[in-house]
Amino acid sequence: MADKLPEAEIIKRESRYLRGTIAESLADEATGAIAEADTKLTKFHGSYQQDDRDVRDERRKQKLEPLYMHMVRLRLPGGVLTPTQWLGLDEVADECANHTLRLTTRQTFQFHGVFKNKMRTLMQRVNALGIDSKGACGDVNRNVVSNVNPHESQLHAEIHRLSDEISERLMWRSSAYAEIWLGEECVHRVGEEEEPFYSYYYLPRKFKIALAVPPENDADVFANDIGLIAIVEGGELRGFNIAVGGGMGTTYGEPETYPRLGTVAGFVPADQAADACVAITAIQRDHGMRTNRSHARFKYTIDDHGLDWLREKFTEYHGQPMEEARPYEFDHNGDRFGWVEGENGNSHLTLHIDSGRIADWDGYPLRTGLREIAKVHTGEFRITCNQNLVLANVTPEQKDTIQRLVDQYGLRDGTKATPLARNAMSCVAFPTCALAMAESERYLPTLVEKLDELMAKHGLSDQALNVRVTGCPNGCARPYLGEIGLTGKALGKYNLYLGADHKGERMNRLYRENIDETTILGILDPMLERYAAEREAGEYFGDFLVRAGIVEAERTPAMFHEALATE
Amino acid sequence: MTLSSSNSPLTDEQARQLNDVLGNLEGHQIDWLSGYLAGWRAAQTGQPSAGGAAAAASVEAPSLTVLYGSQTGNAEGVAEMLGEQASARGIKASVVDMADYKPRQLKSESFVAVLASTHGEGDPPDGALDFHEFIHSRKAPGLKGVHYGVLALGDTSYEHFCQTGKDFDARFAELGASQLVERVDCDVDYDDPAEAWVTAMLDAIEAKAGAAVSAGSGQSAGGAPGKSQYDRKNPFPAPVLENLVLNGRGSNKETRHIELSLEDSGLTYRPGDAVGIYPQNNPNLVAAIIEKLGLDPEETVSLGETQTTLSKALMHYREITVLTKPLMEQWAAYSGDAELQKLVGDQAGLTDWMRGRDLLDLIETWPAEGLGADTLTGMLRKLPPRLYSIASSQAAVDEEVHMTVAAVRYESLNREREGVASTWLSDRLEDDATVPVYIDPNKNFKLPEDDDAPVIMIGPGTGVAPFRAFMQEREERGARGRNWLFFGEQHFHMDFLYQSEWLTWRRQGLLDHLTVAFSRDQEEKVYVQNRIRDYATELWSWLQDGAYLYVCGDADAMAPDVNEALIDVIAHEGNKSRDEATEYLRDLAREKRYQRDVY
Repeated sequence: MADKLPEAEIIKRESRYLRGTIAESLADEATGAIAEADTKLTKFHGSYQQDDRDVRDERRKQKLEPLYMHMVRLRLPGGVLTPTQWLGLDEVADECANHTLRLTTRQTFQFHGVFKNKMRTLMQRVNALGIDSKGACGDVNRNVVSNVNPHESQLHAEIHRLSDEISERLMWRSSAYAEIWLGEECVHRVGEEEEPFYSYYYLPRKFKIALAVPPENDADVFANDIGLIAIVEGGELRGFNIAVGGGMGTTYGEPETYPRLGTVAGFVPADQAADACVAITAIQRDHGMRTNRSHARFKYTIDDHGLDWLREKFTEYHGQPMEEARPYEFDHNGDRFGWVEGENGNSHLTLHIDSGRIADWDGYPLRTGLREIAKVHTGEFRITCNQNLVLANVTPEQKDTIQRLVDQYGLRDGTKATPLARNAMSCVAFPTCALAMAESERYLPTLVEKLDELMAKHGLSDQALNVRVTGCPNGCARPYLGEIGLTGKALGKYNLYLGADHKGERMNRLYRENIDETTILGILDPMLERYAAEREAGEYFGDFLVRAGIVEAERTPAMFHEALATE
Repeated sequence: MTLSSSNSPLTDEQARQLNDVLGNLEGHQIDWLSGYLAGWRAAQTGQPSAGGAAAAASVEAPSLTVLYGSQTGNAEGVAEMLGEQASARGIKASVVDMADYKPRQLKSESFVAVLASTHGEGDPPDGALDFHEFIHSRKAPGLKGVHYGVLALGDTSYEHFCQTGKDFDARFAELGASQLVERVDCDVDYDDPAEAWVTAMLDAIEAKAGAAVSAGSGQSAGGAPGKSQYDRKNPFPAPVLENLVLNGRGSNKETRHIELSLEDSGLTYRPGDAVGIYPQNNPNLVAAIIEKLGLDPEETVSLGETQTTLSKALMHYREITVLTKPLMEQWAAYSGDAELQKLVGDQAGLTDWMRGRDLLDLIETWPAEGLGADTLTGMLRKLPPRLYSIASSQAAVDEEVHMTVAAVRYESLNREREGVASTWLSDRLEDDATVPVYIDPNKNFKLPEDDDAPVIMIGPGTGVAPFRAFMQEREERGARGRNWLFFGEQHFHMDFLYQSEWLTWRRQGLLDHLTVAFSRDQEEKVYVQNRIRDYATELWSWLQDGAYLYVCGDADAMAPDVNEALIDVIAHEGNKSRDEATEYLRDLAREKRYQRDVY
């Protein structure tokens, strides 16, 4: 590595396997912040330092530092947790966080508003439940996501087990975690490698892995660095097609950055799937760019070197080449709401959680209701990649009990909302996310209401349509796969993206830049009118836009930076 | 001239003897004798001989030692004035802080003026402790031949009004000294009575020492450098530059950062000084008082030489929120109420009753039928200025002065009450208002001269104000001495006064340690004194390195608790007994290495 390394890269390498001065930072009572360099490291531990942006300027005038709080995200492969774990995390939300839980777009929980002096307690409580936060953020493999697949329990169990295994094998290992958070003495034995896989330099950037079982693509498998598409034949899991190089993030004004969907490179048998993921991650570890973090994601590594190069490297690292990819088909990438019967006689109820935020609202005791359900539920919970929640494996005997509780607390199964409303997604943005340029989670209800009005106006209330909003171009809510995608540019202003499909296989493209709500609605109104009049049976809005020639069919990186229309 | 007991401090017998001797001396012998006496006298008192070669056969200029025990500089100010006026009259005066005076000299003095403030509940000011203790001990010498006068400064709202001055007055007499003038006890508005006393003292000294004294080229005692025209009697109307609440959302407290402009005032100050401000009373309270008494707010009243309306008088010029014994006495006399008169005679009971009550309470409890406006304003004492430790250094802010003011609000006896100045500044200042200010220097609270000396600052709550001045000053001076701040308040998130500035200084290396205690952030209360004990070892190490210790803030609970904690630290780390540790701290104070600004 000749060239100058970026600061973040240096900090990581010199951190003594992610220790830095985190312990000292935690002990510093004069500030709610962690030392600047340490904030790069705590990401690996699962935490982001944030501050309440609503009061940032007010406090500056009061000669007070920003109201620092920390976000902690958990490692929860496949988004599966037990009722006991649910109850434990619910308590943690009160004891250590801001009394809410946030379901993310990658099937896990986020705690917000964790003050520095509560972080250790939070980590200890969580770990006592058998859950940790390693690699939830940072330059490592992130949470491994998969379908929630309510129908085929056997298959789901296999997929979940595999998600667990992959997550486990690609988890970072150093004892820094136990030392700092769990109060353990340095457990590292001299002579042993602290990080056998990642070494002291970890990955160039984040890395995301998803598993999907066609025809459901609720995991948005192509938005990941590695997408494993299950190939099931005769009811048996044969293996996986491997899609490589998906990734959502982009930076405004930097055309060398762009969102990309994974490209299917080949097939591996089921028993090689975990090894294959490790091999591919290792390729990225060794060949991803280290000198420029904006061009370091796996998608750029692939585009720089080519798919053939990747296949060669795979053979080298894995020991065997990929086989020819097998056929598969996806229907959609949303969630199925309401009750679904599983093959094993159990039922699964998918609840709609607005922006994944679990809290008690005025007249809507969502959090309490879920807590009460957790107290009696004998199955498990599954978080979806669309920020919703499945009460899984409800036995026939329990079904009435669960339904009664759902009714008692007015929990929503999505049937009373329009398909647009229940499929809409947003990232968190304000007040906590430091990167937000515009509102997202707090804006979604208003936006959805206005879009519902438009849809109703054109008789489209029953039409499913994916709307995704984010506060910045990083794309945490996968806006580039939204039939209507909005990314924040400034307070009240967004980029408008149009033309994605409804199954996560075609992205949208930049339609108009930096516009306000009125303009957005003004653009969509006539388009929806046309769509209502001209659509084919079962045709989705994004597909219609392509068929009608309003938006191109193919995608190039430039399409995410050059607006299609200016007026 | 013929000496007698009436034109000299001599007795008849002495005068007769001297007249005999002197009458038989020739000119050159008298010259020699005058020089001999001067030298002999100098050797006795350890003071430089004053031009014994004075050509004129004039009587030796009398020598006056002015001793002052001052907490905030008031007694010192009057002492200096006495010194100046004495010199102007040809009386040699030396003005000495009691803290610096060697008590054993006392018996050799001829004329002594004692000016003493009383502090807290009847205690001598810090600097006067040693002297006060000495004179009350068995080591105290007989003071026959010493002529003295005492001026006492105090506050009639305290039970032990002017106690320290009273102590000195009684004790000097007990030790055999002769009282030159009656002791004068001054309330907070001390200018006039103090001046009168000064004049009386000097007149008395002159009378005793004999008439013809050469108009001395007296040294003025400590002339002040280029002075501004503005001072305590003539405050500067300072425009308000900034007035903001420092506490974050959700705080129980209301502490403000106030910046005033001193442009064109000529006023200067140093870190550690205080700014005095003349506030205004709450118009609602004024109106309620006037209404309760059935008076007309527009009625003209005389305040000294000026005329104004009753309403303005009560709002700007008279104290109405604090009761004093003189007021209670006058009220009792006026109302004739037997119960009130009985209360007034009961010192302890009266103090108790006055505590937490204001003029409105008094009127409601003992209505004064037919009390006239002029009579009312005549009974009340002047609205005193309030002092705030300055929170800035002119090296950093130039012609500005910054203050940290906590709005005092509480409920008592079924009524909402408030601090006069703090709420005037918080609630009733218009945008274009000016605040009448003057600078009240405090030489007992100063950064070390040595820029390399380590400094430990203990300043919870608004006590942190002068330390902001200290740090600004040290920063501007490029002082390299280590700095350590102990700060405490209720809640970390909302009440960490000036947090961003401390963190910046810490990051830049000016502040070595920023040690905090937030009492309500956890189950058990944690205060700065807890932190002092937590850091005992390092604190002791800093003291060994010559650190200067400063404490600023609440006098009632914090200062004594901190003092205790310091003694504990010194005892434990320095392997000393409690007494030794206490003495160590006292030594530090004498060396000016333990300075306190507590209120």
